[in-house]
Amino acid sequence: MKKKKLTKIISTAVPLDMEDVDTDQIIPARFLKATTREGFGLNVFRDWRYDFEGNPKPHFVLNHPNYKGEILIAGHNFGCGSSREHAAWALSDYGFNVVVSSFFADIFKNNALNNTLLPVQVSKEFLRKLFDAVTADHTTMIEVDVEQQTISIPTKGLSDHFDINPYKKICVMNGYDDIDYLVNMKEKTESFEKQRKDDYSLSF
Amino acid sequence: MKPRTLFEKIWDNHVIFQQKDYPAVLYIDAHLIHEVTSPQAFAGLKKRGLPVFRPDRTWATMDHNVPTKDQDKPIQEEMSRKQVAMLEKNCCEFGVRLYGLGHPYQGIVHVIGPELGITKPGMTIVCGDSHTSTHGAFGTIAFGIGTSEVEQVMASQTILQYKPKTMNIRIDGKLSKGVTSKDIILYIISQISTAGGTGYFVEYSGTAIENLSMEARMTICNMSIEMGARGGLIAPDETTFAYMKGRKFMPKGKEWNKAVAYWKTLPTDKDAKYDKELFIDAADIEPMITYGTNPGMGIKITGKIPTEKTFETENQRENFRKALEYMGLLEKQGKQLLGQKVDYVFLGSCTNSRIEDFRNIAQIVAGKKKPDWLHVFVVPGSAQVAEEVKKEGLDKIFTDAGFDMRGAGCSACLGMNEDKIPSGKYCVSTSNRNFQGRQGPGARTFLASPITAAVTAITGVVSDVREFI
Repeated sequence: MKKKKLTKIISTAVPLDMEDVDTDQIIPARFLKATTREGFGLNVFRDWRYDFEGNPKPHFVLNHPNYKGEILIAGHNFGCGSSREHAAWALSDYGFNVVVSSFFADIFKNNALNNTLLPVQVSKEFLRKLFDAVTADHTTMIEVDVEQQTISIPTKGLSDHFDINPYKKICVMNGYDDIDYLVNMKEKTESFEKQRKDDYSLSF
Repeated sequence: MKPRTLFEKIWDNHVIFQQKDYPAVLYIDAHLIHEVTSPQAFAGLKKRGLPVFRPDRTWATMDHNVPTKDQDKPIQEEMSRKQVAMLEKNCCEFGVRLYGLGHPYQGIVHVIGPELGITKPGMTIVCGDSHTSTHGAFGTIAFGIGTSEVEQVMASQTILQYKPKTMNIRIDGKLSKGVTSKDIILYIISQISTAGGTGYFVEYSGTAIENLSMEARMTICNMSIEMGARGGLIAPDETTFAYMKGRKFMPKGKEWNKAVAYWKTLPTDKDAKYDKELFIDAADIEPMITYGTNPGMGIKITGKIPTEKTFETENQRENFRKALEYMGLLEKQGKQLLGQKVDYVFLGSCTNSRIEDFRNIAQIVAGKKKPDWLHVFVVPGSAQVAEEVKKEGLDKIFTDAGFDMRGAGCSACLGMNEDKIPSGKYCVSTSNRNFQGRQGPGARTFLASPITAAVTAITGVVSDVREFI
């Protein structure tokens, strides 16, 4: 099944300068009751964005009138905690295509890639430069090139390389889906099942 | 053959296909599903016109959303009711067996897997829930996945995975009085932080681990994800086999003997190498409690909350201040948490809701009463645990103490059902996460062991269990 493709993103960014942002903050559990993938953007960072009466908290960066864009810049260890893919859906649904951090939790990173939300991991030093540039001037344009695996601020001559595994790179750039790949493996899977030794998982 | 670790042996046994630079196609022996992370995956299958490839390897239950009161009546909350109904409909349509509300096997997915004998050494197990690492206690590669991956496994019984690095955390020596496996894992996380295990699969070894019961081992593996590790595992041994024998989905008779002979080949070879090793002296571990808003923010129960000065960067100081501000503990920097008044105690969750946990709690609570202001939730991990609690008369001990005895489910661990901790209130919890709002918007969580929680349930203030046993 074809999905969204990402090749080059040029956008302003939203700076969320906090470490260890867990997926419970990105989308609290009480919003996980929906049975579709859409609409989670409404409640992304719900308890940081709104007070209990539903009024926007003015100090939270997503409520700041200046900060907009497809790129979220966040502190170290972003997306830790619960495996809920709803976190990736919520960020994507809100309008982000890229999350930049100096470190991502494993499951979040996989979930993001499976939803064409590109996790861009940079050094701590480069992350700080990004935060500084964006907070100094919210109109700063950041460029993410998936093919070249670079993230840069052209006006400042800043650039850094990021890693993405080669398989996922192809998926993200072409909108490919793991399921097509795996279902095409069916014969291999069936012959693996037949040849297996020492499988006691179903011998009850 | 090159000496291999427990993890590598299981991994190698399950790789169907490996192309250079591509992730491995890994066969999955058992897929556990629940109501929250499955609906979008089933919808995806429908859209593609695909069946569940191996329904015989798929088990479903409901746990996250279910009420723990009046479980025999229709679910009050509309969204929860719909999500649970959708799981029933999907399981029926796709031929997946379901242990729904009212079924004697219903319960938290990571409690019922081992309890029913679905979980066995040498297997690969996945579930759309990060605490799937629990099953690693049996010498199993078990890890949490997202919903897209749930759909992949449903469609193909395989998953795409890059091989993680391996870490050995070896804990030798004798645990001191009042120290449980929950304290071991909270201690480890406090030492290596919530990101210290990211990219690794952790094996726990050493004499302190070998001497633990299966329930206690599950608690440790359960919280592997809280240090960022994808999973944790422990080599199967006689304790493992004794726990498993005779359970519903275990091999029987000759098959059992063959299986045990195979499982005995799994432990890490003598000269096998890990990518990273960590050594801990069991004597260094004391009862633990968390004070902040992630599981790495833990201290010894008699220890002091750190001060801002101990952090290196302004950013870290800011994060620390925000955590303490949320917890209402800004004034407590450099002071103990002992004696802190609490409003709630939560005894439950996939970390600590097995029968052994309730036996240990009952020993402390028997004949005592909770203070008036305190609300104590007792939430068994499964319908079978609830049944056993009754059979052993523990429920009477709990209700006599004034505790609120509930039915099985995830409950106030994550507050998806009605069981929530109100804003600003303090809760000592046997669960696994103290994130902001985890137990309800504004709730303030202190993570601790079941026996530390039990003494707190009697005193109403954060207490040192060693003074009571």
